[in-house]
Amino acid sequence: MNDFKYIRPTSLEQALAFLAQTDGEVRPLAGGTDLIPQIREGRKAPAWVMDIKSIPELNRLEFDVNGALHLGAAVPCADIIASDEVGKRFDLLRQTASLIGGMQIRNRASVGGNICNGAPSADTAPALLCLGASVHVATQKGMRKSPVDDFFRGPGETRLSSRELLVEIEIPPAPPRSAGCYLRMTPREEMDIAIVGVASYVVLAARGKRCKEARISLGAVAPTPIRAKKAEALLSGKTLEAGLIEEASRLAAGEASPITDIRGSADYRRHLVEVLTRRTLTACLQSLRVEM
Amino acid sequence: MKSKTISLVVNGDTHQLFVQPRDTLLQVLRDTLGLIGTKEGCGNGNCGACTVLMDGRPVNSCIVLAGETDGRSITTIEGLSKGSQLLPLQQAFIDYGGFQCGFCTPGIILMARAFLDRHPSPTEAEVRQALAGNLCRCTGYDKVIKAVLAAAHGDKAPSRSSGGPAIGQRLPRVDAAAKVTGQAAFGADMRLPGMLYAKVLRSPHAHARIKRLDLTKALALEGVKGAVTGADIPPLRPEVVAAAGNMYVNTVDHWKSLLARDRVLHIGQGVAVVAATGPHIAEEALKLIEVEYEPLPVAGDVLEAMKPDSPLVHPDLLTSGTAENSDRPSNVASVLEMGHGDVEAGFRESDVIIEETYRTQMVHQGYLEPQAAVASADAAACPEPGEWGRVTVWTSTQGHFDARQSLCDLLSIPLSNVKVVPTEIGGGFGGKMTVWIEPLCVLLSQRTGRPVKIVLTREEVFQATGPGSPAVITIKAGAAKDGKLKALAGKFIYDAGAYPGSPVMAGATSGIGAYRLPNYKIECYDVVTNKPWVKAYRAPGTTQAAFAVESHMDAMAEALGLDAVEFRRRNAVAEGDPMPGDRPYNRIGFGLLLDKVAAHPAWTGEIDGASRNKGPSIRPGRGMACGMWFGAVLTSSAQAALNGDGSVSVSVGTPDLTGTRTGLLQVAADTFGIPAGRVSIAVNDTDSGGFSDGSAGSRTIYSMGTAVFRACQDAIAQLKGRAAARLRVDAEKIDYEKGVFKVKDSAEPGLSLADLGKMSLWRGDGPVVGHGSLTRMAPAPGFAAHVVDVEVDRDTGKVKLLKYTAFQDVGRAVNPTLVEGQMQGGATQGIGWALSEGYVFDNGVLQNPSFMDYRMPTATDVPFIDTEIVEAPSPDGPYGARGVGEVPIAPPPAAIANAIYRATGVRLRELPMSPERVYRALRGK
Ligand SMILES: Cc1cc2nc3c(=O)[nH]c(=O)nc-3n(C[C@H](O)[C@H](O)[C@H](O)COP(=O)(O)OP(=O)(O)OC[C@H]3O[C@@H](n4cnc5c(N)ncnc54)[C@H](O)[C@@H]3O)c2cc1C
Ligand code: FES
Ligand code: FES
Repeated sequence: MNDFKYIRPTSLEQALAFLAQTDGEVRPLAGGTDLIPQIREGRKAPAWVMDIKSIPELNRLEFDVNGALHLGAAVPCADIIASDEVGKRFDLLRQTASLIGGMQIRNRASVGGNICNGAPSADTAPALLCLGASVHVATQKGMRKSPVDDFFRGPGETRLSSRELLVEIEIPPAPPRSAGCYLRMTPREEMDIAIVGVASYVVLAARGKRCKEARISLGAVAPTPIRAKKAEALLSGKTLEAGLIEEASRLAAGEASPITDIRGSADYRRHLVEVLTRRTLTACLQSLRVEM
Repeated sequence: MKSKTISLVVNGDTHQLFVQPRDTLLQVLRDTLGLIGTKEGCGNGNCGACTVLMDGRPVNSCIVLAGETDGRSITTIEGLSKGSQLLPLQQAFIDYGGFQCGFCTPGIILMARAFLDRHPSPTEAEVRQALAGNLCRCTGYDKVIKAVLAAAHGDKAPSRSSGGPAIGQRLPRVDAAAKVTGQAAFGADMRLPGMLYAKVLRSPHAHARIKRLDLTKALALEGVKGAVTGADIPPLRPEVVAAAGNMYVNTVDHWKSLLARDRVLHIGQGVAVVAATGPHIAEEALKLIEVEYEPLPVAGDVLEAMKPDSPLVHPDLLTSGTAENSDRPSNVASVLEMGHGDVEAGFRESDVIIEETYRTQMVHQGYLEPQAAVASADAAACPEPGEWGRVTVWTSTQGHFDARQSLCDLLSIPLSNVKVVPTEIGGGFGGKMTVWIEPLCVLLSQRTGRPVKIVLTREEVFQATGPGSPAVITIKAGAAKDGKLKALAGKFIYDAGAYPGSPVMAGATSGIGAYRLPNYKIECYDVVTNKPWVKAYRAPGTTQAAFAVESHMDAMAEALGLDAVEFRRRNAVAEGDPMPGDRPYNRIGFGLLLDKVAAHPAWTGEIDGASRNKGPSIRPGRGMACGMWFGAVLTSSAQAALNGDGSVSVSVGTPDLTGTRTGLLQVAADTFGIPAGRVSIAVNDTDSGGFSDGSAGSRTIYSMGTAVFRACQDAIAQLKGRAAARLRVDAEKIDYEKGVFKVKDSAEPGLSLADLGKMSLWRGDGPVVGHGSLTRMAPAPGFAAHVVDVEVDRDTGKVKLLKYTAFQDVGRAVNPTLVEGQMQGGATQGIGWALSEGYVFDNGVLQNPSFMDYRMPTATDVPFIDTEIVEAPSPDGPYGARGVGEVPIAPPPAAIANAIYRATGVRLRELPMSPERVYRALRGK
């Protein structure tokens, strides 16, 4: 493993001051489940590793008075899964957090690390996109809040600058009559990286079967996790029926721009988007007890 | 590098430790604190072998920085049991046989412990989910899951009768306690004072000329004590060169492969090796080595490599064998043919003829323990070039005598100067029969005068330790309407990687060996490419061939309108039929086995209806396939010594990968007719016993078991003489039974083993040591049939296994728990080969050298592997036993392919049957 220096700030101020002053690359370390293997394999060679787990703001897991979830960037997946409240209000987040690695990995891996690592296949990203999450970023000039939709830039790249730190992820309160589902395709059941991941999220109108809003997000089929906005637009305001879901799924597949790599070919991936979009939308309706 | 002090509580004790930022928790636990129970299988969070509890939560200690753990509390396997009292969970692993090599076991037990603390009464599915992050390559998870469930629900251990013969009983493993408490010392656990750590610089190219290699800067780094390149390896002795072609591994090729000289021939081939005072320094030193490569064209795909215009792996390689020998160099190392009868005539008599081609990829044995060795060359006696002092090597090997032979041949050291001590071994499956790192350790130790250790990383294991051959196999078979096979023609092309020596012949013969073929012809091609050099993998060559032949037999059965089992019954070989090569089969149990399958609900019953309600895209199907393995014998020696108290100590020359010590002990106990508790057994080293080949080819219980049997008989014969002298009768007058020597037809109590033991040591009779050895014995072929129910998702191509049943003729189940473990572990390796495993190359460069992208099954990918044991005693094996280890890996790929066919009407002819490949096949593209 390449050599580096290690620092563990205990406050956000310390961390920011360190980021401001220090020469050479500083990599924040949350659970390290991406970072440490990357350093070991020589894919990253930071001069500094900054352990962010002792910064209080990054360890929050609480709901505010409005019902929004504030999820500290370093909170391990295991804590998210263990929270009944998260399971009740944001089942979609719980589903995706439960998929990452095995239990040992989930005891360390954070949602913050998952998105900061910038992998197009990051399992929590489609869920966060569907849930309308925002990121709170500590910059040298103060906090910045922006939608998670603007967070990703390309494979392994986010919009964070090297002087910034992701502090928390905020998920707005879940509207009534909403449900989400995430499915990913992996050759193995567990301990695998998604060939394709699709999250769907359906909000029904106050009464009846009409869909007030639908969100569909895709992982591992573009340089970043993306929303399938055309498919979403097709569904919003309509009563979801099998034919419509089929059509939306085809649209979503068209919105994907996958590549061929060792995990799957472009056309297989595009096909999977269609299958998984159909299945996740159907599952949403099932959990909302809507008959098709 | 700035060190700092951390305070860490480990198993209740507080330590102040000086750590470097890049030290992992795993390194600190193992290297600083000597807690070797925590294992490193991958270093990347992918295998779970390094699991420890941090503040009660399981984490992968290989990807936790030591610096992060300041103030934390860690529990390792050593801290789990209190004193000598095992936890019920640990006891359950012993009772249920929840481990084989035991390398994964500490991590699994810690994980299970943490899980059960929170979920005291879990379901099977929950346990599988909880253990998904812990790979086990040996057990197939069946007994692991059952052990955890039993511990949770307080189930009683499987019954074991007290008294009576040891054979046939589920005796606990002799090494059980060491394996479940983390005390067992594996290759990487060896540490000697003053030891250096060496790292190998490896080729990033599949084929390149080394234009320049400069170690000056590396050698100048502080802490670097020595280095070796290909040029430093001494030349082979002429007699070794002369004998090379006759060896299982051609020694000349082996010698060339150790470190590249002018050219690198595959990704990961060693180029230089550096020894330093610590692993970090050795790693830094590699970065300072200057190598200039000139990339050369790559012979990648095996069929391309056979073409006349392909780049040549060896410019001087001429095709050997029965084909028209050309004097043009080629990548085809040999073409061998074998046959019987007139194939064309057989096809003319056939009503159904099918011809198809099947393909498999390169796969890895996937043992969890990376290769590890330590060598110590006697400093006082070494320096003169070509002159050697004593050399001791500790290594995780399947065969220490074979390892010594190779080492001495490769480095021109006299055999008597070298002692090889086998450590506990964390799986091998054929992949630890060849010395790779040991010669490098020896050379470096000789050079530096200090002990030198090499432990490979997982990436190195994938690149440079001898995976299993990829193959392209074309089968043409014909049968008459009555369902009888008339002829078979097979072309078996096996990719050997960078040097010749694929197991093509072993594979082809065992592939067709289960069937009575009046006319057949097989052509076997051994082809070199710029890939890692292949080595044995469980039933070498057979799984590839069985995938082809057994898929083909399924198609034949269908074309003939016959049930797949019935078709095989009509063509199954029986005693007296010729084996390939025309010697007759002795007693075999294939017919018995097929009868059992034909009548078994796993074959005749309904597929579990669950999948019927899962929507139109989910299709269920059932498939079956067979497999056979002739069984290796080779050379074995054992000793049985009578102790002063009448107990017996057995020593054998075969390392124990799977519990063979226990099985061999059972053979010894029954041969003496004494309780198993009165026998001890140990694996010797090369200085303390006669030559034995390694534990491979399913030979240990069969061949070494026979040697143990003979050693015990020899001791008994000697003791009869002793008893006769003491009782003043002729030796023929002495009867021996259950530990007592009596004069025939006499009512006198006679002399017990204990009496004779006492006399041997304290009454002047002298010690008694029985010897048993053999080097030739008829093999005992083993047969298996597997039945699998699958569910195919037509939309995604994903295949799920619903139910799996393995039937096998084992001759005599010496220890049913161990036998079932072999069947389950082999089946699971075969399942991985079938569905998800395979090397992916890009121009010869390996794309997936990790457990993340080389996908071995996890606990969530396989169901319980039900086992059905058939016992058709072998004529010559100890108590009728046959070798059981190899054959269960052969049937799964074809069984699953056949099940997919029954589910979807589409036949997969290429492995792995990954979701995408199945999806494409379903779409006809
Ligand atoms: C065996 C195994 C299985 C895995 N399985 C999955 C899986 O199924 N699905 C999946 O999506 N991923 C998987 N991963 C990848 C990884 O576990 C996840 O991406 C995880 O969520 C990363 O979180 P972390 O806290 O460990 O991140 P870290 O490794 O600590 O950090 C990841 C990256 O983000 C940066 N970073 C972290 N926190 C911040 C911050 N607050 N501000 C700025 N930058 C930051 C780091 O510098 C680093 O570059 C797996 C990994 C392993 C080893
Ligand atoms: S997970 Fe740590 S060694 Fe494999
Ligand atoms: S017993 Fe699990 S890897 Fe060997």
